[in-house]
Amino acid sequence: MSVAPVAAPPITQAPVVAVGKEPRRFTLGTLPLHLALILLTVIWIVPTLGLLVSSFRPGFLVNRTGWWTAFSPPFQFTLQNYSDVLQSNNLFASFLNSLTIAIPATVIPIAIAAFAAYAFAWMRFPLRNALFLLLVGLLAVPLQVTLIPVLAAFKVLQLNGSFLGIWLAHTGYGLPFAIYLLRNFFGSLPNDLFESASIDGAGPVTMFFRLVLPLSVPALASLAIFQFLWTWNDLLVALVYLGGDPAVAPMTVTVANLVGSLGQSYELLTAAAFVSMALPLVVFLAMQRYFVRGMTAGAVKG
Amino acid sequence: MDAQRITFLVGAVIGVPVVLVLYIVVTDWLIRRLPAAQHGRVRPWLWVGPALLLVTGFLIYPGVATAWISVLSNDGKNFVGFANFGHVLADHSVLIAIRNNVLWLVFYTGLVLVFGLILAVMADRVPYEGAIKSLIFMPMAISFVAAGLIWSFMYQYQPNLPGVHQTGTLNAVWVNLLHQQPIAWIIDERVNNFALIFAAVWVWTGFAMVITSAALKGIPPELTEAARVDGATELQVFSRITIPLLAPTLTVIGTTLVIFALKAFDIIYVMTNGLYNTDVMARRMYGEMFTSQNYANSAAIAMLLLLAVIPVLIFNLRRFQFQEAIR
Repeated sequence: MSVAPVAAPPITQAPVVAVGKEPRRFTLGTLPLHLALILLTVIWIVPTLGLLVSSFRPGFLVNRTGWWTAFSPPFQFTLQNYSDVLQSNNLFASFLNSLTIAIPATVIPIAIAAFAAYAFAWMRFPLRNALFLLLVGLLAVPLQVTLIPVLAAFKVLQLNGSFLGIWLAHTGYGLPFAIYLLRNFFGSLPNDLFESASIDGAGPVTMFFRLVLPLSVPALASLAIFQFLWTWNDLLVALVYLGGDPAVAPMTVTVANLVGSLGQSYELLTAAAFVSMALPLVVFLAMQRYFVRGMTAGAVKG
Repeated sequence: MDAQRITFLVGAVIGVPVVLVLYIVVTDWLIRRLPAAQHGRVRPWLWVGPALLLVTGFLIYPGVATAWISVLSNDGKNFVGFANFGHVLADHSVLIAIRNNVLWLVFYTGLVLVFGLILAVMADRVPYEGAIKSLIFMPMAISFVAAGLIWSFMYQYQPNLPGVHQTGTLNAVWVNLLHQQPIAWIIDERVNNFALIFAAVWVWTGFAMVITSAALKGIPPELTEAARVDGATELQVFSRITIPLLAPTLTVIGTTLVIFALKAFDIIYVMTNGLYNTDVMARRMYGEMFTSQNYANSAAIAMLLLLAVIPVLIFNLRRFQFQEAIR
């Protein structure tokens, strides 16, 4: 995923249980619906399944017969491809590089965005609306327009090819969406809360840490997942600012390079691809609820 | 991971938030030393300051600088007006890239919206909706690099000779079940752009599906029930009630997709690197920057991309202002 979604439109809050809706029971009349839906879903998972199966097949078979033949005798499977790519193709080092890039590139922008979002939501200052409008505009700006000058600046500051440089870049690029999402969430917190806290003598700092942050855990979780997946899966920013140095290359860059160098060795490519997918898939499956909530967020108010 | 790397990583993950909190707490302590009238005037700027600084440094200043580079000669010494744009637009391969972006814009956006809508409506009527959504949505979590590789594998081509098996899933179905000649999906210029586009459709359909589905559940059931009671067919309910009510949501999903279609890079980079007439603007911009080292042309292409995004940008701003007005 290389794009932060522009938040969705005002949808009225979805009821948890659709009232007055027909119970969803299985009847013969709905059989075509079930068949069509299941067929489409199968089509959607076949590509990933083929990749996964091939990554466990011996190389001499992968390039000779289709992956589906693995399910008929003589069931030949192997872990060789994984041990090959992890050892000889720099993949384990890239995995660590991806972690080194993605974790700070998730934490730093969220921390910075949270304070800014609070100010945009609950403080009054001149140009507030104009500045926020600017951020909304920046959500749509392709980051291609920033690559050349930022790279030139990085070269002068000797930040190109460094983790610090790419953390800063991901922070800058991630901020508009992060501020936008958090500001909408903070802004939807009830006004009374702030009034009564204010009467009790709480200042903005106290309100931010004691009130807003604890109430915003779901929004912060959604944002963290977005930013983590975005930075983990990013190719372009890493290609440009890390300059192809294998010592700092994340998984996406290494796997993309393997496509060039291994060519048709699909048993290795599929294993490499799966290693690069494993962590985002785990994050996705574990935190699916927050992911989906964040995506429909800007919008489904509250 | 060596000790130095871990120290560095932990330092960034803990250090940056700690420094930020200290910054806020210390400046707040200082603010409270000021006369009361000044508090509200100073504090907001300190809170938005770090974010504004970074956004200016990484988006606003570079954007302006790129615009400037695009009207200079490649050595940056002379002002050349729109000459770089003239160069770029006179290049046949750039025109191919623009054509391909148009294909992406139309087919990628259209197919994602249609698949997302169909799947959302169908899944809404079955008890195992959650499982279907998770499976369709899953590709959204993986990188486009992995998605490109997955689809390169799907599109594999082997010549149709005795004893040679099709190893690509699509050609296996095409040759063995439909008894056609195998197609080199990625190389054959009649189909290759659509093949690449479909890989992106596969990734993004879950996005459209999940958001459409949320909007679908927001439609009051009384509306569709009333129509059914009045004798409307399912198709009429769908086209006259569901679709119009979903239109604002579909538009917003559409704007996100349009932006992505214009910026498409990773999938092309991995699957063809722009060969076989599949190049797009973002890939070309990267190529001008690193392969040809022509920053002037590269900047001009980036500005063309920005220009293409501006209608969407304006649409987003208007919608945002409308939303704020009804807030």
